[in-house]
Amino acid sequence: MIRLDKVCRLFQVGDQEVRALDDVSMVIENGDYLSIMGPSGSGKSTLLNVIGLLDRPTSGTYTLDDRETTALNDDELAHTRARRIGFIFQSFHLVSRMTAFENVELPLVLAGVAPAERKPRVKKLLDDLSLTDRGHHRPDQLSGGQRQRVAIARAMVMQPTVLLADEPTGNLDHASGAEVLAAIEQLNARGITLIVVTHDNEVGDRARRHIRMRDGKVVDDFASKRTP
Amino acid sequence: MSLADLLKLAIDSILRARMRSSMLLLAMGIGVAAVIVLTGLGEAARRYVAGEFQVLGTRLIIVIPGRSETTGIQPGLFSGETPRDLTLGDAQSLRAIPDVERVAPLIIGAAPISARGREREVPVLGTTADYIGIQTTEVTEGQFLPPGEIDVDRAICVIGSNVRHELFGDGPAVGESLRIGERRFRVVGVLANQGRSIGFDTQELVIVPVSAAQALFNSGSLFRVLVQTRSRDSMLRIRDRVIAVIKARHQGEEDVTVITQDALLATFDRIFTALTLTLAGIASISLGVAGILVMNVMLVAVSQRTAEIGLLKAIGATRRQVLSIFLAEALLLSMAGAVVGIAVGQAASWFVRKLYPALPLAAPLWAYVLAVTTALVSGIVFGMLPARRAARLDPVEALSGRK
Repeated sequence: MIRLDKVCRLFQVGDQEVRALDDVSMVIENGDYLSIMGPSGSGKSTLLNVIGLLDRPTSGTYTLDDRETTALNDDELAHTRARRIGFIFQSFHLVSRMTAFENVELPLVLAGVAPAERKPRVKKLLDDLSLTDRGHHRPDQLSGGQRQRVAIARAMVMQPTVLLADEPTGNLDHASGAEVLAAIEQLNARGITLIVVTHDNEVGDRARRHIRMRDGKVVDDFASKRTP
Repeated sequence: MSLADLLKLAIDSILRARMRSSMLLLAMGIGVAAVIVLTGLGEAARRYVAGEFQVLGTRLIIVIPGRSETTGIQPGLFSGETPRDLTLGDAQSLRAIPDVERVAPLIIGAAPISARGREREVPVLGTTADYIGIQTTEVTEGQFLPPGEIDVDRAICVIGSNVRHELFGDGPAVGESLRIGERRFRVVGVLANQGRSIGFDTQELVIVPVSAAQALFNSGSLFRVLVQTRSRDSMLRIRDRVIAVIKARHQGEEDVTVITQDALLATFDRIFTALTLTLAGIASISLGVAGILVMNVMLVAVSQRTAEIGLLKAIGATRRQVLSIFLAEALLLSMAGAVVGIAVGQAASWFVRKLYPALPLAAPLWAYVLAVTTALVSGIVFGMLPARRAARLDPVEALSGRK
């Protein structure tokens, strides 16, 4: 469960103070499917980064699975990030010199999982994401949709409880985007908390809960009208 | 993260980013090779000059009988005494002085020599086996006077190359006999074509054992005694000891003149210092160039990877893990670069040696140590600095590539 309590995030831009997050409070239940929408600069990416422990709130508290995170040091944050949170990005952020298999394996390597245990875990994920015969390809030998699916596999390999997607379809054509959305929605169906940041209404409408932001504030927060 | 995984990550990264790695290897290689070749050149030049000075006999002390005064009358004339002769005994006693390497007594005179009916007048030098080590002259045929008791009179001689040709033509000379004055001598060796002893042209010389020369010229007194010291540093001390020893043997009379090449030594020291400074300058410039080359390539290489560092942090790498990945890469690359540099440097040195055998190009050990240390240190420092900065960056900023 994710609980934000009066979270603010200030940025200093020149001599101006920008409130990227202004007194945001919310609770996200495990297994929920959220979309966060809003215009550029509304603070939606900052919210995602705070939830993903990539960024710290300036004030307020953030509790992840009953653990207060604002007091954690950098190493503890890295450790929590590795085990509880998976990220996917608009521009995929695959390591270009590594094969798909190695990209997916990387979090396991960093976490010190033994090689013998790594192989089957990576292989199973690649199979699940229909990338079985793509393991030895480099990112530049893969299509955009395939790259994002490799990124999803990498995000899932540590079996996190939360999957954060920042414009996951932003760099993809419609068909590939639909594939990627189907893939992450399937993960959500198996119980993972899915949070998608987007400005594409078609993507955002698929979620069960919708959050709209403007100027660092949550201006709207409602459940889907249509039942999935 | 296990060490094996860390090394695998680093090696994969080096092998797959071929352009970056080869640029870095090139920079390191050029840097290290430049240090090795340039210091090798400097060292070769220094040794060449040092060798030339050695020819001039800088470790030489010359003992001349008689006290030479630039002013006044010789004390001997005044008291009715003549200066004592310098004897073989004096020369032998000088051998006992510590740090004296060689002592060669000299007797010089002219005598008619003849062989196979040809006769001519040549300078005859009486000395000992030590003489060949003091002078730069070499023996091309046979051998020089054998070492042994210096007061044993043996009828053997070593002849200069001109004497050899004039007496024996193209036929064998070693083992032949010739007549010096009234006595027959067996030729044991021939001196090389080149080489100059102080004052004599060795091509025209006949060298006989000092005792034989004493008998030949019917004189017990020596013309000179050459003393060679083990090192240049001990020369002044040994010079004083030589005077003291002779004085003790001559009833407290200081009746010899001892010459060291002081002016020569001072010049030599100045040139030596200048050369050493030049060498240090060359080495430090090439080290600096090497360091800057490595720095640039490393800075560019790591800065390009800010996004990768951000990603590593996003998927759970700690700052320490990010740093150790970059450290391992920098370390492996720097070591490979140092090896490449040494290989290139060695190859270049070998090539120069083949082209100019007179210039023995070989870098001193300290140049290798310094070059490799500089490559490693600059590779690691400038590989780590940007990585440290990137690892400290917020992953958000690193990922967006804004910084």
